[in-house]
Amino acid sequence: MTDILKVLQVSKNFVKPIDIASKVVNMFGNFYNQEVVHAVDNVSFNVTSGEVVGVVGESGCGKSTLGRMIAGILPLTSGKLDFHDQHYSGFDEGNYKHNSHIDLKIQMIFQDPFSSLNPRQKIIDIISEAPIHHKLISKKDKKYFVKDILNKVGLGTDAMDRFPHQFSGGQRQRIGIARALAVSPEFIVCDESIAALDVSIQAQVINLFLKLRQDLNLTYLFISHDIGVIQHIADRVVVMYLGQIVETASSDEIFSHPNHPYTKALLEGVPTLDTKKKIYTPIKGEIPSPINPPSGCYFHPRCKFSTNKCITDKPSYKEVSPNHFSACHLNS
Amino acid sequence: METILEIKNLKTHFFTKAGLIKAVDDISFKIKKGEIVGLVGESGSGKSITGFSIIGLIDAPGRIVSGSINFKNEPLLNASSNRMQSLRGNRLAMIFQDPMMTLNPVLRIDTQMIETIKAHDKNISNQEAFRRCRDTLGLVGISSPEERMKAYPHQFSGGMRQRVCIAIAMLNKPDLIIADEPTTALDVTIQGQVIYEMQELCKKTGTALLWITHDLAVVAGIASKICVMYAGRIVEQGSVDDIINKPMHPYTIGLIKSVPSQNKKGEPLHQIEGMVPSMLELPIGCAFHDRCTKTIEKCKIEKPIETNQSDSRVIRCFNFKDIRK
Repeated sequence: MTDILKVLQVSKNFVKPIDIASKVVNMFGNFYNQEVVHAVDNVSFNVTSGEVVGVVGESGCGKSTLGRMIAGILPLTSGKLDFHDQHYSGFDEGNYKHNSHIDLKIQMIFQDPFSSLNPRQKIIDIISEAPIHHKLISKKDKKYFVKDILNKVGLGTDAMDRFPHQFSGGQRQRIGIARALAVSPEFIVCDESIAALDVSIQAQVINLFLKLRQDLNLTYLFISHDIGVIQHIADRVVVMYLGQIVETASSDEIFSHPNHPYTKALLEGVPTLDTKKKIYTPIKGEIPSPINPPSGCYFHPRCKFSTNKCITDKPSYKEVSPNHFSACHLNS
Repeated sequence: METILEIKNLKTHFFTKAGLIKAVDDISFKIKKGEIVGLVGESGSGKSITGFSIIGLIDAPGRIVSGSINFKNEPLLNASSNRMQSLRGNRLAMIFQDPMMTLNPVLRIDTQMIETIKAHDKNISNQEAFRRCRDTLGLVGISSPEERMKAYPHQFSGGMRQRVCIAIAMLNKPDLIIADEPTTALDVTIQGQVIYEMQELCKKTGTALLWITHDLAVVAGIASKICVMYAGRIVEQGSVDDIINKPMHPYTIGLIKSVPSQNKKGEPLHQIEGMVPSMLELPIGCAFHDRCTKTIEKCKIEKPIETNQSDSRVIRCFNFKDIRK
């Protein structure tokens, strides 16, 4: 199996510019710094062709930012992204050079099926816009083309001439999927793609993802906060905390032998269909601000096992068992 | 045990320009003192409207058409608005889904909390009210509550704000709290904390809790009774063990089977076909019949009535006996 995507030490900072009042104060010798949010901090991993990689973490851990960078929507601050060993990432917002061949091969499906479709376009135009623009199909073929794609995602052909508001949430998400598939991608980033759907519709969309993966040999980066879903469809899981990867392993391994205390706590907190009165032993405290992350291991203020070393030193990211990496001092 | 809330044949309908929407259509259930009841359903199934009906927050074009709501043997439907106001926030409280929207952004937390106490007890001194607020905030797990009370809502994170909302609901030690998706907007780790706090508080204070959610797993661990709603009706209710381990209604069976952990990894999930019907064009007969795998002719013509399977177990299905076999 070859690596389809390589993420090498990728970082993304968001800088809040200093306002004019602070600038004036700075002129008189005071010193206000710019506030920098390290949304994604030195993240590396590989995705093998045909694999489903799940990214989990709390809100604000940088999982969506990571997905957007991989999909080519956000430029990087530093690092490198390779698709089929071909470099494609850009750094500068203004001079971002698109490599349209790769941009088409990586598509994204968004969380909210209500705001991600243009309300004034018909479905046929929503789906055919990108392939026509990139000259993958000609204008006169668009009807057959859209018909074919709608069949793939389980919508009838009568959907073609309707507008987005005439569909329910689950159907709209299918249209979003159809739009992503229209440029025949190899790699799909799903950013919380099922979170906004009803419970009975979620299963339908997950099944559609699984079916498309088999039929079209797709590779997914599946970003979700729903650990049950990740456990079901992911082959490998990446756990993020405050912009960094704390643990990576195969799905079976991470759910049977989680290594990092954060992963353990995350898995324990998931409500299950067990009717035994569950005693929740929650993680203490809140997610710290990414503007002023804690010293040493970012998780130490909330960790049950934290020692003095955790407060001062940053743990290294090491292999604890074959293909199972974790960043925790307890392993040394 | 004493019954706190009894709802009988409640119907809340909305008379909109597009047509009649039967948001809540003939539901009945009871909540006993100190009990946690889970009300589960998809969006649009009428679970929130049930909560709003109890607390008297139904606005035009909606109206409670018939039925009764008895709160500690007092009928709420005919109660005057003054009486409702003195119950709300005092004996009856509600926690809403979005903690970002429920707190007033321009008032400090202490102002908002003390207001709740003073609205129902004119004679209490400011110091005494402040002390009670501080203690309640401590109870829901906010550290250094005395300082935090001087903060504004935007200085809190989502989880903290939801705790403040819980604290405000708990302030007057109500007999019943209606929690409308209190953890849906929160992270998994924070959700665990909030569920834990609520569970503890109910145990300590003997408050009954109606927990409205779309996620069966959230209530499976804490509720003693579950009601499953579909298209404005309770299709099945019973004790938590019965519902989770021996579901009888095809909808409940489908819901439980579609949870990822109930399926073999990587295999297609069990799915309920079709989509949630529009409340304006509900199918004739059983509202679930066109998605159901066990439909018989009768389901397409007649609406199923509630059948008592045992004392606590009620099902709305013509066919459940055959399904069980």
